[in-house]
Amino acid sequence: MEKTVLMKGNEAIAEAAIRAGCKVYFGYPITPQNEIPEYMAANLGKAGGTFVQTESELASISMLYGAGGTGERAMTSSSSIGIALMQEGISFMAGAQVPGVIVNMNRGGPGLGGIQASQGDYFQATKGGGNGDYYTLCLAPESIQEACDLVQLLFDLAQKYRQPVMMLGDGMIGQMMEPVCIKEPEQKEYDLSWATRGWDGVSRERAIINSHYPNPDDMVIQNGILQEKYRQMEAEEVRYEEYMCEDAETIMVAWGTVARICKSAIKSLRNQGVKAGLIRPISLYPFPYAILEEYAKKDQVKRFLTVEMCAGQMVEDVIIGTKSLKPIERLNKLGMMSHTPKEIADYVIELEAAEKEGK
Amino acid sequence: MEKLFTKTTALTDKPFHYCPGCTHGIIHRLVAESIEELGLKDKAIGLAPVGCAVFANEYFNVDMQTTSHGRSPAIATGIKRALPDRIVFTYQGDGDLASIGCGEVNHAAVRGEKITTIFINNAIYGMTGGQAAPTTLLGQKTTTTPYGKDGDANGYPMKVCEMLAAHEGAYYLERVALWDTAHIIKAKKAIKKAFQYQAEGKGYCLIEVLGTCPTNWGCSPLEAFEWQKENMLPMYPLGVFKDKGGEE
Ligand SMILES: Cc1ncc(C[n+]2csc(CCOP(=O)(O)OP(=O)(O)O)c2C)c(N)n1
Ligand code: SF4
Repeated sequence: MEKTVLMKGNEAIAEAAIRAGCKVYFGYPITPQNEIPEYMAANLGKAGGTFVQTESELASISMLYGAGGTGERAMTSSSSIGIALMQEGISFMAGAQVPGVIVNMNRGGPGLGGIQASQGDYFQATKGGGNGDYYTLCLAPESIQEACDLVQLLFDLAQKYRQPVMMLGDGMIGQMMEPVCIKEPEQKEYDLSWATRGWDGVSRERAIINSHYPNPDDMVIQNGILQEKYRQMEAEEVRYEEYMCEDAETIMVAWGTVARICKSAIKSLRNQGVKAGLIRPISLYPFPYAILEEYAKKDQVKRFLTVEMCAGQMVEDVIIGTKSLKPIERLNKLGMMSHTPKEIADYVIELEAAEKEGK
Repeated sequence: MEKLFTKTTALTDKPFHYCPGCTHGIIHRLVAESIEELGLKDKAIGLAPVGCAVFANEYFNVDMQTTSHGRSPAIATGIKRALPDRIVFTYQGDGDLASIGCGEVNHAAVRGEKITTIFINNAIYGMTGGQAAPTTLLGQKTTTTPYGKDGDANGYPMKVCEMLAAHEGAYYLERVALWDTAHIIKAKKAIKKAFQYQAEGKGYCLIEVLGTCPTNWGCSPLEAFEWQKENMLPMYPLGVFKDKGGEE
């Protein structure tokens, strides 16, 4: 079954989720992710699961909360505006410790924006997004293969941490076609004694899924439990890729499809004798701060360059990670339009020239 | 000695926090008794609303989820679709169900979700201190309709059973009251039937219970029932609005 095929991103992600054991999927149409609900409608039932087209993203995330609270593997997907509507439910899932997988194909905004790719929802995805003191574990793929691998991993991470987890892609990941080999991962068994599955009165305590803590002492305890979990994720779930960084003088930092464009730029820079590299955060929360600090401390590294398809959001995490030990340059596009490799390469050459002149 | 009455084991021993004379307590008992008598206790998963019954998870002695305001029917859908052989019920006030959760309840009925909703219509927001609900009557004074509810300015009373009856997916809808023993017995029968239908895999069932809120209506519990008969009954007549199961 595990063979390489040519597939559209959204469809491949849906198939990967089914193979990871997704039992229920809830979704409301929105471009650029419509092929996910469509694929689920056609195929999840055949695999023994259930597809529900919801009346709104409010309903999608509420259904995910309910299903996640039974301990079954559940998923929803949407794009920017729909994810904004879901913030109520994501916060409830975080507070009540409910697992569930959310796929977000970032499109242009604010407001209705447009359907092309953007990275403008980085803050929303990585800094909580809804009300209260919480994080959503968030992974960002740069290719369809990685999207499939990460969505499968996310089903496990959701169960492991009893957490809402998100894959943050964009219209490019969703819409392009690439060869992909979708794995059939072994499904780990998790303790479900916390889950609401019907109670026989003896085999465990009565299960209550709850984020309501009117007593301040209880609220503090519950938030402490959540924070401990976030510290554990920060210790164990940081993921990133280092690309040609060993001798790099310019280190680009970029995530998702833009990171891929940076790699092309780096290849062409290297051909011109320019020492550039890339650190690509794969986990956007928890963010790979430590590796940035490590490189920031190296004498060889002259500058960082953040490349984003928004006015600059991830750069704030780069500032934290590098402790501003080196200059941080920015090359941003305001979304719906991506950089070309040449633009990025030219900008690096410009930066180098400016520095030489300055000296 | 012969034992004539025992409290249902589908309720915990935790004392209710409800105001004296509030009908939430009676309704909890009727729901819990129905679940136990039908032998559904170990399959039941209940949803506590946002409203005065927000602590229902501490009272119903079954697996429970607390919910976001009004979303219970969608959350229940998620549970039921994940575990179709369980018995899933929502318990919702009129702010929760008729206002902020109006979309969720309608679409649960449209889809014919095999869940049971207990809907408490007390014509007011209890928990937040007596503001107007969609079910508030014309002329009724609340903290947000201090001069009496005016249809053109504040909207007209919303009839939930009548609205849901339009949906093919709704299987059983009945409005009941709790004024006296006869009505309480009738209410219990309706609630039990709504759970029975779910156990048989039938479609969406909702029982609308006319509740009282003596605290925010500003009257005694007995006066509350009198006020209800006089004012709510003409707008919200009791009866079966739909019963696809037959005997009406
Ligand atoms: C999203 C959101 N908006 C508002 C509230 C505040 N709130 C809590 S209870 C309530 C009204 C509940 O009234 P009702 O459903 O009629 O139940 P009752 O208290 O009368 O039993 C409101 C508005 C909330 N918790 N969440
Ligand atoms: S405020 Fe009203 S609805 Fe709430 S517990 Fe008191 S009487 Fe009951």
